Amino acid sequence: MAGTTSSAPPARYDVIVIGAGHNGLVCATTLARAGRSVLVVEAAAEVGGMAITRGFAPGYRVSACAHLLHQMPLAVIRELGLAEHGLEFAATALPTTAFGPEGRALTLARAGVPGEAFTPHDAAAWPAYHARLGRFAGLLQGMLAAPPPRLGTDAWSDKLALAKVGLKLRLLGRRDMREFLRIVGMNAYDLLADEFESSLLQGALGFDAVLGTNFGPRAPGTVLTLLYRLAAESAAGSMPLAQPRGGLGALTLALARAAKAAGVTIRTSAPVERITVAADRASGIVLACGDEIGAERVVSSADVKTTFLRLLGAEHLDTGFVRRVDHLRSRGVAAKIHLALDRAPKFGALAPPALGGRLLVSPSLDYLERAFNPTKYGECPGEPALEITVPTINDPALAPTGHHVLSAIVQYAPYAPASGWNDAARRAFTESILATLEVHAPGIRASLMGCELLTPLDLEREFGATGGHWHHGDLAFDQFYMVRPVPGASQYATPMAGLYLCGASCHPGGGVMGLAGRNAARRVLEQGV
Amino acid sequence: MAIDRTPVPHFRKPLLDTPFHDRARELSQNDSFVPWAGYSTVDVFTSAEQEYFAIRNAATLFDLTPMVKYRITGADAERYLNRLVTRDVRKLKVGRVSYVVWCNDAGHIIDDGTIFRLAAEDFRLCTAERQLDWLLDSALGFDVRVEEVTEQIAALAVQGPTSCYILRKFGLAGVEQLKPFQLAEFDAHGRPLMVSRTGFTGDLGYELWMSPEHAVTVWDELMAAGRTRGLRAIGSQALNMARIEAGFLMPNVDFVSAEHTIRMNRDRTPLELGLGWLVDFDKPHFNGRRALLAQRAAGVRRLLVGLDVDGNKPAHHALLYADKDGNREVGSVTSAMWSPTCKRNLALAIIDAPYHATGSRVWADIYLNRELVWERRMVAATVVERPFFAPERRRLTPPADR
Amino acid sequence: MAASSAPRHDVIVVGAGHNGLVAACYMARAGLDVLVVERNDYIGGAAVSRNLFEDYTYSNCSYVCSLLRPEIMRALELPRFGLQIIPYDGGCTMMRDGNHLALYDNHDALRREIGRHSRRDAEAYDRYSRDVIRQCKFIRPLLMREPPDPTSFKPRDLTELLYLGQRFHRMGEARMYDTLRFWTMSAADFLDEYFESEIVKAHFAGSSIIGTALGPRSPGSAYVLLHHYMGDIDETVGAWGFARGGMGAVTAALTASLRASGGEVRTGAPVERILVRNGRSCGVALASGEEIAAKVVVSNMDVKRTFLESVAPEHLPEDFLTAVRRFKIRGSSGKLNIALGGLPTFPSIPDGAPSIRGDLHITDTIEMMERAYDDWKEGRWSQAPYVDMLMPSQIDPTMAADGKHYMSVFVQYCPYELADGPWTDAKRDAFGNTVIDAIARHSPDFKGLIRHAEVRTPWDIEREVGLTEGNIFQGELTMDQLLFNRPVPGYAQYRTPVKGLYLSGSSTHPGGGVMGAPGANCARRVLTDLGRSA
Repeated sequence: MAGTTSSAPPARYDVIVIGAGHNGLVCATTLARAGRSVLVVEAAAEVGGMAITRGFAPGYRVSACAHLLHQMPLAVIRELGLAEHGLEFAATALPTTAFGPEGRALTLARAGVPGEAFTPHDAAAWPAYHARLGRFAGLLQGMLAAPPPRLGTDAWSDKLALAKVGLKLRLLGRRDMREFLRIVGMNAYDLLADEFESSLLQGALGFDAVLGTNFGPRAPGTVLTLLYRLAAESAAGSMPLAQPRGGLGALTLALARAAKAAGVTIRTSAPVERITVAADRASGIVLACGDEIGAERVVSSADVKTTFLRLLGAEHLDTGFVRRVDHLRSRGVAAKIHLALDRAPKFGALAPPALGGRLLVSPSLDYLERAFNPTKYGECPGEPALEITVPTINDPALAPTGHHVLSAIVQYAPYAPASGWNDAARRAFTESILATLEVHAPGIRASLMGCELLTPLDLEREFGATGGHWHHGDLAFDQFYMVRPVPGASQYATPMAGLYLCGASCHPGGGVMGLAGRNAARRVLEQGV
Repeated sequence: MAIDRTPVPHFRKPLLDTPFHDRARELSQNDSFVPWAGYSTVDVFTSAEQEYFAIRNAATLFDLTPMVKYRITGADAERYLNRLVTRDVRKLKVGRVSYVVWCNDAGHIIDDGTIFRLAAEDFRLCTAERQLDWLLDSALGFDVRVEEVTEQIAALAVQGPTSCYILRKFGLAGVEQLKPFQLAEFDAHGRPLMVSRTGFTGDLGYELWMSPEHAVTVWDELMAAGRTRGLRAIGSQALNMARIEAGFLMPNVDFVSAEHTIRMNRDRTPLELGLGWLVDFDKPHFNGRRALLAQRAAGVRRLLVGLDVDGNKPAHHALLYADKDGNREVGSVTSAMWSPTCKRNLALAIIDAPYHATGSRVWADIYLNRELVWERRMVAATVVERPFFAPERRRLTPPADR
Repeated sequence: MAASSAPRHDVIVVGAGHNGLVAACYMARAGLDVLVVERNDYIGGAAVSRNLFEDYTYSNCSYVCSLLRPEIMRALELPRFGLQIIPYDGGCTMMRDGNHLALYDNHDALRREIGRHSRRDAEAYDRYSRDVIRQCKFIRPLLMREPPDPTSFKPRDLTELLYLGQRFHRMGEARMYDTLRFWTMSAADFLDEYFESEIVKAHFAGSSIIGTALGPRSPGSAYVLLHHYMGDIDETVGAWGFARGGMGAVTAALTASLRASGGEVRTGAPVERILVRNGRSCGVALASGEEIAAKVVVSNMDVKRTFLESVAPEHLPEDFLTAVRRFKIRGSSGKLNIALGGLPTFPSIPDGAPSIRGDLHITDTIEMMERAYDDWKEGRWSQAPYVDMLMPSQIDPTMAADGKHYMSVFVQYCPYELADGPWTDAKRDAFGNTVIDAIARHSPDFKGLIRHAEVRTPWDIEREVGLTEGNIFQGELTMDQLLFNRPVPGYAQYRTPVKGLYLSGSSTHPGGGVMGAPGANCARRVLTDLGRSA
């Protein structure tokens, strides 16, 4: 049980964690704090995985993938002492502003309070809607921080976990329970159209329902994803939508410091070649450089396909399980665009703090659905939906003085356009995005100093996530909770003894939440190491 | 090469003819053809009994072209098969054949069959049912090529005490040197022919594998060579009698493939089918290994065993009871026959623990149709070892001429 | 005021569709005095045989008998009253390049046919059938049961929940997960887990979109695939096929069965209002002004027509009304009924293949079907529609004169409301021509053989049959509208907020298709409430 950092690391660890993304680091720290010797190996030169800040044009830095922190539970942040390890926030409780046609805009500032631009009908409907969804989200929230139960086992813990879900449902009361059971399988389009009349409000709320899914708002199950996001946000406590100072990379840097303080050894630029197996147990890893390192347990934060098919190898697994892994839908549908600007963009008359908040181009549910349609056929939307931040409003250090950075998540983008992501396809898609931005921020093109487009394929290449999927696998009913990522590996343990998963492939999925890492660490400890 | 010589579309004639079809039709007195794996094959030529006795006394020709054949090649072919089946394929030398079963994740049997190692990286897998879907899904992560070659290879089984003699007379010099489960290439009057010392009769016998274009000539020359030594064509009924005596299992009779079961508790593991000897837990991972280890540790709750049934009425489809009054059901018969050679009333049956132990007595509930009147007999039966019939000549190398 | 006098009937059933008649038959057989009132001059609702042109018989709404529960046919003695279901052979999907995929009853023929497109798929088909049939076996017993109210602590609901839980648990771990996934995934994703060939996937995906306002990529569309197997699983030959004499034969047999048990049907009697007094239904008022009293009223109309148009709102809780308004009943299908002077040729179907006597489809890929759905979302009919065509007169000699043929063409998708304004005669013609042109591309002599065509948009179907938006299932079959959610959470057991008023139509569990299960389940509920044994 060595566990302190020393110049000569042990040749053998209690646990090796593959990947120094936020989940890997949370997992490693949790294990090290329980007294285990832990090594984290990371393929990239820096820690961070998909929560990383890096340059994209000379002098401009940006959160390369996720750009807001809104789902990491306050409990995790406190537990790991991230503030002591240097995590600061440039801004918290950011408002959301949605842009509509003809310069209309709608700001959602405080939860439960209708925005100023709401129609009377929507203003009246909002508090009840918000409260009801909040209660439902609360129901799901309890499921986030624990491993999903297994079905059909005689294990007391599984039965208890299932009973808990049932009890929580009952505790909603008859009226809420009925409503929950009705809407949980529903689509966001109908739910929002039933509740609200403003298409701008519908569009803004609908955006949250489809982020990270391979579905448009008309797809049944998108209310679940909406509730799920709300659940994660409510688990995050009082600071949803926060912007770490220095970008999302600052979070993982703090996590890495916390890990080291707990005794974790971190090796960067150390891509794993494969997971070794001895006597039908995972016994360690071999790095690309040839180093072989042994461990009692190997925990992978890589996505499920990479872990099983590339690092472990199908030969150690049964065909049926491999088939399930192969069938996991993990083609990314979101792109990222980064703009270097020589001045602050002008979104109408929007000023800080709203300008420093979350800006949405999702003016209606139909717009969102139309942005989705072409990606079904490997085409790019002409008018994509965007989640924009201008991080330099709150954190000017990310760009040269007076200059700004715009970071936007582009929903939707195909993983494999018919033409492939060649220069022409990239140019055309960049054009569509810029044209969409120009509508809401006239003059933005003229201030452009640099531009970077990250397609799902680029995200796959840069971050190693199969399909370039932010969540390592679509959020959908059939890839959710007890069947996430696949039956047989839904409780962090896998069919291969000694090998565990702790990444976004697992329950509760992606988003910079850290809970998959923490749940996995607890499962490893429970099973004894 | 397609066997379908007549341009009749499949919606009018769903079953294919084998290359031996014309010869079979000439000899078939009963016009008794049955479908087998997409082909039309002979059930009985003249009399199942006569055909059966030819297996045990002289020699027989059986058209096994419909046996589904896959060619598996590539750098990972051995590793692939070793993960697929429960036996250790690394131990299978080039020129050898191995009887194998393969399972799904739960350790339930998908099928049984034989693997022929033709070269270091070239295998043939013969199966009862088509399963390209499973074989290709199993290939994920392996550098291997799997292709179905059923229609490209015609096959004949030559089985019986005089089979070796006939093959030599036919012109296969040195065939007598083939050991059981060995294979070799021969030149039969300018036609390449692969011969393996394998079969489904439990007797001395060989299987001949050839290009469909040579099929009819080989048939004719074999028949000519065997005329004086009692060679005759047989259908599947006679073969089925022989295989029960040999204790071999028949898919869809003695077990249902786990790829086809709809109801619960219809799947069977190799341990439950008495095929534990085919499961090598000491080799690297294979499909179903972890589930089978767990079952081995827990013990099987039912077992496929041989039964020696009192009396001479075959216990077809009989339910089995622990007591004569039929109060406690303990299993059921999957295959049954009166064995003319052993003079025993044989059956294969799935029996619950603890009644499956060798020597246990159970009661078979037999229904007899006697001139359209059904009669019921509760008959005692004893659990016995398999195979029921295993003549010395089956292993002898070189074999005797008769 | 007839309603104030002693009730003349035990039960009035509003609507002589198949479910209303099934409910009426069960109740009449239990000894109740039952009257069925129907607004049209003909019986049958959406299960009718109409003579609209010469001596051709059109099954001009529903067109095949696929889901009618065998236990209902048996209990109501429908064969004795003339119902005969004739199976048909296979069917096929025609592709733009002249190729096709046919489905044959013979397993070897089918394997070789699928194998023309992909050998692997030919064998994966067995795994696919197995998995779908496993799900069928799980769901089948639930069709003829009342869904439990999961919020209730009543012994009946708890027992039923326990029953469901046990059935589920008995499947074993792996199959439980398969089941969870099957019921929530899209047909396209589900089929991707079995097949590689686009045409094979497209062929099977067809049954997942019929009648629904979802595309093959919409989650929740996979389970509809099992409808194709539901007939097989009953192990009763003839569970899937044509009703001899057209779909009206189903309702004609039901009517005869009802009359034999003493029930009555009045046609040409549209109901203006369902009468409620002191929170109890007490009869109906016809459009003619006549009031008919009854102890119990069973509405076979869909839930919106029943509560938004036929019951005065003051009798209903506001929450309930909101829920009914939010119940989704969407028009997504059109129908063409065509009288043909002869049998059209389809060059892509091989000569002598039985496929021409089965259901014919035109599509190449799931993408084509999904694009057809995209059109619907934009408020226009599909430019390349998915069609389900049948010419029953090839098998059923009663449908047309010798040598003549009736063709039923079901069209997916066609919206109830068009983006460019209301339906007009010209738009209806344009819609019909889109469909006819699509068929004519696969049949050179088709247009020349057309002697009469009836084109029905969702709007027409609503107007004539009374189905809201012309939706054939009386409500979308999505997760939020199934089982205990159908039609309204808390009212999934055929009862309504008005005592003595029940629902028997497809708006209730288990929903649509000519299945009869909602009607039978409703009758059981009424009889139980009246203290009668079913």
